[in-house]
Amino acid sequence: MHRRDFLAWSAAAAGVAVFAPRHALAGPAARYSNLLVLVELKGANDGLNTVVPFADPTYYALRPRIGIKREDVVRLDERFGLHPALEPLLPLWQARELAIVHGLGYPNPNLSHFRSIEIWDTASRSEEYLDDGWLARAFGAAPAPRSFAADGVVIGSNDFGPLAGAGARTIALANTEQFARQAKLAQPVRASGNAALAHILKVESDVAQAASGLGSGVALRTEFPQGQFGNAVRTGAQVVASPAGVAAVRLTLNGFDTHQNQPGVHANLLRQLAEGLMALKSALVELGRWNSTLIITYSEFGRRALENGSSGTDHGTANAHLALGGRVAGGFYGAAPRLDRLENGNLVHTVDFRSLYATVLERWWGVPSNAALGGKFASLDFVRA
Amino acid sequence: MVIYLDSATNRKAQPNENFAREVMELFTLGEGHYDERDIREAARAFTGWSIDPDTGEFRWRPFQHDDGVKTVLGRTGNFKGDDVLEILLAQPATAQFVTAKLWREFVSPAPANDAERREQAQVAARFRSSGYDAKVVLRALFSTQAFWAAENRGALVKSPVDFVVGTMRQFEFAVGDPMPLAVVTAQLGQNLFAPPNVKGWPGGEAWINSQTLLARKQFAERIFRADEMPRFAMNELGRPGGAAKAGAEARQRFIRAVYEIRFDSDRWSAGMPGAPSQAEVERLVLARAPVNPIQPDIGTRELVRMLTLDPAYQLK
Repeated sequence: MHRRDFLAWSAAAAGVAVFAPRHALAGPAARYSNLLVLVELKGANDGLNTVVPFADPTYYALRPRIGIKREDVVRLDERFGLHPALEPLLPLWQARELAIVHGLGYPNPNLSHFRSIEIWDTASRSEEYLDDGWLARAFGAAPAPRSFAADGVVIGSNDFGPLAGAGARTIALANTEQFARQAKLAQPVRASGNAALAHILKVESDVAQAASGLGSGVALRTEFPQGQFGNAVRTGAQVVASPAGVAAVRLTLNGFDTHQNQPGVHANLLRQLAEGLMALKSALVELGRWNSTLIITYSEFGRRALENGSSGTDHGTANAHLALGGRVAGGFYGAAPRLDRLENGNLVHTVDFRSLYATVLERWWGVPSNAALGGKFASLDFVRA
Repeated sequence: MVIYLDSATNRKAQPNENFAREVMELFTLGEGHYDERDIREAARAFTGWSIDPDTGEFRWRPFQHDDGVKTVLGRTGNFKGDDVLEILLAQPATAQFVTAKLWREFVSPAPANDAERREQAQVAARFRSSGYDAKVVLRALFSTQAFWAAENRGALVKSPVDFVVGTMRQFEFAVGDPMPLAVVTAQLGQNLFAPPNVKGWPGGEAWINSQTLLARKQFAERIFRADEMPRFAMNELGRPGGAAKAGAEARQRFIRAVYEIRFDSDRWSAGMPGAPSQAEVERLVLARAPVNPIQPDIGTRELVRMLTLDPAYQLK
């Protein structure tokens, strides 16, 4: 236990509320010894061509040109298989360390990229506008220990998504060495002013603290794939390797808005995803963190069941996502939306996306989820003790 | 827009809703003033909009156009794309939505009280009644009490362009080829003519995160040390993702251009009447008082460098 946490707990135990912890289910260091890695598939991944319902003739009727051929599917069971570009993930499935959650979505789906990712990021209802991300709210109520470099680290994106908001200590970086060099220019200061100034001062102070915790850490033997996502995975692994620790890492893979000529583009993206995830696994195994890491994908929505006239897919609704890690109970979760019961041409969700978040908060971290998610959502069973 | 939002493949038989949705959500009405049916119907009206793939010119393809009757925002007719745009512009929500964007750019993140809300509504009304004349709306905006109010000084975060170009102009830098400055704005999150998505840059506080704040400070730190410009150029700007990617010729041009960017502190001070006091320089450089204490009796160049590193320099 770190000294500051010890002080906090002694103070609380003595009934002196000097450093009283804001939440008291588990000690903060213990609860966040489990790491969360979120992978945003930005632009809306086509779940139907990712986890392919190859046994359903309706799928091929809806997708005569862009459907994944039955013989190309990487079969997982009698009904579903992966896109061939995801074949590198097959060993994880066989080791039962890969869970697939079907039908994630929410009532009254919004088909705008911006609005729907806002709904996913803030865990709001469809008609509700919230400013803060769900992870920022969770960290606001149950912060990571002060000894951590940050609550969350956003890699390779300027948008903080689920970590946006004053409640969380969030750092965005592209590369750990560059960050350490540049951070010397930030100074923590106390001053008051308007919202814009307050935001700038908070960022200065977060930077100063993160810089003291994000050393270069261990040199990793894992080889990372080339390209933007491979670099982000490498940086993510370096952050996890640093001595001070973080509770959450968010990576982004861009380019999933496949309105036209989807097959080639999508295969390339899924290949990057699979190779990146396998490299991340290798690095986490090397660091002894595979059993204490949960990796989850998400997207603003899925894509329209019926292909469009440009060999692509328009904006849709419910989607399938992946959860992987050494303590994931592999298999399928949730019911796959029925292709013969579409609403306005779209899949009807079967699992609320906030159930995915409730699983992270309650089962993975042992923190309450009600306040962060604005209600009670049933958690899923894919986390093993 | 036709390419970006798939209008070219929006055909009668299989309408593509992308343009119809984004034109309402992002550029005219804003979320909440239309429903999914309006989008589906408007997409039908926009069918037939296309481009000539060779010239990039707009093309009307009547055989791809759905000439049936559509209902958009309560109005029914045999609409074409232009008719739908007229319907959108006639809605008061369009003027309000665009005016709110201008307010965020020039006044404050949002009206702070009823008086400011009334002023914003008045500006929007004049915008609409002028037939969306940019001169009219800007004149009205710059004449509001809110625009001149002391509370709204330093209430906005400078965009990367505000920050970089503003620094060049405010301190009368000698700039030859401005190409390196475009590279810097890209590193700060504003890659010119290449917004992250069709909505554009989110702006405001979103400009500032740990990554971009540090890059801004680094720029300010180095740009006022003219003698270190070559090192600045090689080490900080010439990284992969910057000019280094662009090939040897671009790299040469880049380095040459960086050498040309110069701040002359004597000339800059001489441009001001009398010998300006430190407090006067502070007021000139910052939109609000500096956050960090500034040492007394430092030279103009050092003073300017300190002020541009202050958190208050990020505000306008």
